Amino acid sequence: MSNMKVNFAGVEFANPVVTGSGTFGFGKEYGEYVDIAQLGGITLKGLTLAMREGNKPPRIAETPAGILNSVGLQNPGVKYFVSRELPKLAQSGTRLIANIAGNTIEEYCEMAQILSDSAIDLIEMNISCPNVKEGGVAFGVCPDTVERITSAVRKHCKKPLVVKLSPNVTDITETARAAESGGADGISLINTLLGMKIDIKTRRPVLANNVGGLSGPAVKPVAVRMVWQVANAVKLPIIGMGGIMTGEDAVEFLLAGATLVSVGTANFVDPAASIKVRDGIAKYMQENGVSDVNELIGAVKPN
Amino acid sequence: MEATKQAYLCEIVSMDEIAEKTFDLRFRCTQMAAEAKVGQFVHIKCGNDINTLLRRPISICDVEGDVMRVIFEVRGEGTALLAQKKVGEQLDVMGPLGRGFNPIEGKCAVIGGGIGTFPLLMLAKSLNAPDVYLGFRNKDRVLLEEDFTSAGGNVTVTTDDGSYGYHGFAIDKLKENLDGVEKIYACGPTPMLKAVQTLSAETGIPAELSMEQRMGCGIGACLTCACKVNGHYAHVCKAGPVFKASEVNLDE
Repeated sequence: MSNMKVNFAGVEFANPVVTGSGTFGFGKEYGEYVDIAQLGGITLKGLTLAMREGNKPPRIAETPAGILNSVGLQNPGVKYFVSRELPKLAQSGTRLIANIAGNTIEEYCEMAQILSDSAIDLIEMNISCPNVKEGGVAFGVCPDTVERITSAVRKHCKKPLVVKLSPNVTDITETARAAESGGADGISLINTLLGMKIDIKTRRPVLANNVGGLSGPAVKPVAVRMVWQVANAVKLPIIGMGGIMTGEDAVEFLLAGATLVSVGTANFVDPAASIKVRDGIAKYMQENGVSDVNELIGAVKPN
Repeated sequence: MEATKQAYLCEIVSMDEIAEKTFDLRFRCTQMAAEAKVGQFVHIKCGNDINTLLRRPISICDVEGDVMRVIFEVRGEGTALLAQKKVGEQLDVMGPLGRGFNPIEGKCAVIGGGIGTFPLLMLAKSLNAPDVYLGFRNKDRVLLEEDFTSAGGNVTVTTDDGSYGYHGFAIDKLKENLDGVEKIYACGPTPMLKAVQTLSAETGIPAELSMEQRMGCGIGACLTCACKVNGHYAHVCKAGPVFKASEVNLDE
């Protein structure tokens, strides 16, 4: 029997497969299609301190091998989540990764504090959301602010703190190193790439927000490259994501250096995609004589 | 939590082009047919083309035994791929999804415009001899008139250009015949839904509207298909597609 368990920042995961924030809600809806206890964990919809209505629709557009979204962090707020959604989730038998986004460093700190006293296993700090005007990505593109916000939140966070990096930067290793210097326990990447689609008949952007985040197979090579670069630049464990549709895709991310892999857009295509990715990794291991999934992490042989 | 739902692989029973770019599709799925309620939708994977990743939400037109019937218009790459599928092929479908219409016993009016008429057939069948108003652009686009008549509906057809039935809008014929109507059900273009909303507010006759929005997951997880209901963004796939006319904001 092969081993699929991985340890991420001191937290044991039954297997390396988690879900991507914003693609899986709070687990309720997809929980009817997959047994979430069979996943390594789930990353929950991005939370803000106060509830957010999100952006005007249309919020989604299909593009070659991908989708653009501009949901704008619609969520009921962190306190509502902890009191109303989390109690049931805590019984689900899977690891829970909360995702937080704020307008100010103080807001991030307050949310980290609130979640530190909850059943959440890890906190993923979203400093890379491309779809809200305030904060979000503003914190994530400059190494100085990445370090500053990470060290500030680190002080208020009793759970392992994962910093989610934006790919919309010139050199991803700079922001990764800044997160490490700030005291992050892990790094997740990539968030979506800022994109745009225009309806040539109406000459208007398809998204009401004009621009949105690109995800899906279109971004996968970029994501694999960035995971590989970051894995070589820092000692922190990585949650790799970006266009993972199959077990083979996930293995690429593991080889590039990710400890956990996150399935996002694929859920919309196939509601059982996350479990199929887990099974696909197991199949690859069996076919290639790999007895422990940890052997794959960072095992790419660069030319 | 035990997983109780799945995307089904369903055999295509028929695929007929009933008007230009409009296809009448039937597929077999016992579980779906048993569960489907009026006004719900299915979420169909149109192809394995990587450029059409997302499923397409299509309203349920009718259930015939263990066969699901949907009618769709080819609008883009996804629906074009779907239209190429052949009888006997397998179709990957999630459903039934969403919250549909709430039928009542009393006298009802059903109003649909264009492709918005199709989701109303199963509803009309479940009502007691409803007044049915179907609006189309022109004679060539008039569809399902006989189906609605067989469903027991008192059918009035209007066309924008007068080439068939009454010349004008379906809403105008509905306004002429509101005596005793206890509820109005509508599906169609936004101007029609707005007119029904206004009519409902003026007359006090409750109305239910079936909404459309660009959709992702289809089950309420991705939060993309937003629509303003009672001042807050709800999601068409889970809270809808059917909403009370008094609650939904059609200006956004």
